[in-house]
Amino acid sequence: MAEEPPRTLVDKIWDAHVVRTVPDEPDLLYVDLHLAHEVTSPQAFEALRLAKRQVRRPDLTVAVPDHNVPTRNRHLPASDPVSQKQIETLRHNARENGLLLFDIDDVRQGIVHVIGPEQGLTQPGMVIVCGDSHTSTHGAFGALAFGIGTSEVEHVLATQTLQQRRPKSMAVRVDGDLPPGVTPKDVILAIINTVGVDGGTGHAVEYGGRTVERMSVEGRMTVCNMTIEFGARAGLVAPDDETFAYLEGRPFAPDPEVWDEAVSLWRELRTDPDATFDKVVSIDASCMAPYVTWGTTPAQSVRVDEAVPDPEKMDDPTEAAAAQRALDYMSLEPDMPITDIPVDVVFIGSCTNSRIEDLRAAADVARGRHVAPGVTALVVPGSGLVRAQAEEEGLDEIFGEAGFEWREAGCSMCLAMNDDVLAPGQRSASTSNRNFQGRQGPGGRTHLVSPARAAAAAVHGHFTDVREI
Amino acid sequence: MAIEAFKSLTSAAIPLDRPDIDTDQIIPAQYMKRIERSGYGRYLFDALRRDPDFVLNDARYEGAKILVAGRNFGCGSSREHAPWALEDYGIRAIIAPSFADIFRNNCVNVGIVTIVLEEDTVKELIERSTTEPAAEITVDLERCEVRAGDDVWTFEVDAFHRERLLKGLDHIDLTLQYEDAIAAHERRRARNHLGSLNHHG
Ligand code: SF4
Repeated sequence: MAEEPPRTLVDKIWDAHVVRTVPDEPDLLYVDLHLAHEVTSPQAFEALRLAKRQVRRPDLTVAVPDHNVPTRNRHLPASDPVSQKQIETLRHNARENGLLLFDIDDVRQGIVHVIGPEQGLTQPGMVIVCGDSHTSTHGAFGALAFGIGTSEVEHVLATQTLQQRRPKSMAVRVDGDLPPGVTPKDVILAIINTVGVDGGTGHAVEYGGRTVERMSVEGRMTVCNMTIEFGARAGLVAPDDETFAYLEGRPFAPDPEVWDEAVSLWRELRTDPDATFDKVVSIDASCMAPYVTWGTTPAQSVRVDEAVPDPEKMDDPTEAAAAQRALDYMSLEPDMPITDIPVDVVFIGSCTNSRIEDLRAAADVARGRHVAPGVTALVVPGSGLVRAQAEEEGLDEIFGEAGFEWREAGCSMCLAMNDDVLAPGQRSASTSNRNFQGRQGPGGRTHLVSPARAAAAAVHGHFTDVREI
Repeated sequence: MAIEAFKSLTSAAIPLDRPDIDTDQIIPAQYMKRIERSGYGRYLFDALRRDPDFVLNDARYEGAKILVAGRNFGCGSSREHAPWALEDYGIRAIIAPSFADIFRNNCVNVGIVTIVLEEDTVKELIERSTTEPAAEITVDLERCEVRAGDDVWTFEVDAFHRERLLKGLDHIDLTLQYEDAIAAHERRRARNHLGSLNHHG
């Protein structure tokens, strides 16, 4: 018998989910978990209804409103009637189709990519999809997780499958000790900066190396979350003891009677030693520093101790023109030190950085200090349970005394669909994942940073090298 | 949903000479607060259109059905509202040196053809349409060709996507033919604990 060829982690998960495969057609891939939110699902449910189709597996779709929920005065309807309608439509669709819903008054409600892992819905080896590009977050558990469009949401609802071509494989290895003050957010910003905004297009990425292995599960989520920002739809970390310890005892994780069996199956979810990747990138973490974006793509970043780059010194004319447009939009001058850039608003939240470790890191900086005059600072926990945990630890008081606003869970100013919006021309330090033009409000200017650096910008009124405080 | 079949299209083209056009630029989030699929065209490139010099504000490109853009078009959010907005505006084909993966899949499901051509060729097409807005381009999906003036370029396209676009096939109808295979997979799946949720949770 011929020996089995070595396979990558993605291959193993893929092969286990292929329902049908024929040459020249995409594979039909089974979906273990589908997460739905209020903004990208209504048209899918409506189309299903019009076609008189049923939800094939109501037990495998979980719904939660997060994108446009208000983060204060939750007892009132959303101030914007259209947002309110989307939230009500999700509620109605969940009820009508028998789906589990974490409604707005449920302590388990939160950002879809925060609550999946928190509830133990996200498990190693699964295929997980959601009508949201940051579904890659769930890859931190060794799941193949990726974002889909609304027509694909409809396809999953109707068939519990997706038509997909197997992605190319890419390995990103990070080795070396992280210098003090350098966080998982800085690691992923450094990776995106190295690979470029489209360096991962067409690929599924497996992260490895000592730095990733030593990262907490929450840190791995931050890294996997932003995989889409260099074009790759999925980013994975092979599950290990940290992963299993995180999951054990969570509400939707396997029952105690079958736990050991699940763990022994999960342990097989690793890339075979001889497997090869289509693309390999190696990065040394020991020379990393905190990063701040200066432009309008997540790849346009520099170290906090550097200056805004000069487009005139760039070799590639397209890149130089794009950089110049970005600087014009951001209202920045070439060669200006990053630490001279003032901020108006600080946003600590989003599926990238709103978990308990992120809030602790921000609170450590805020403790005993105060938000600078003229700066508005928001802390928006990723879920009701993160919020409750933070309150138990007294973080809400630290933030409150320091002048930060303590809000309820949701996407909030990450994409500004609720009331948390930058005014035109306002500049933010944000722990979210996208600094696109207008992302946090029309005319708003976004700098992406880690939670600690966002908190430091809040108390100083401009960017600082957190390592110095 | 069945999509409108696409065989060949000849039209003027809108040149959009920028890389990394993300879906937030194509349709900002504040316009996604609808539960319908239609009506997004008027918000297409909303922020960019506030600049009077932006190409979509140039009346000479009115009615053009082809967009020619820089690399990594459609990156960012998975929102299908982006192709919905393009389609609603009248765009049926987009030519660029590269596209983001999710956006490209979404386009097929909306009935928009995405075509990858060499960076230099795209530059040439952009220049042509910039200097001569009425210049027509033909996108021929049957022959996998783009033609402009005397020039012809062939392009590669996913065979399955091509078939769906040529015939306007609904992807769900296609998959539902394999009901037996899906049911068989579900039986296999039920026998192991991987991928099952503890629903007493
Ligand atoms: S927090 Fe931001 S990036 Fe994450 S799901 Fe919500 S809107 Fe998307």
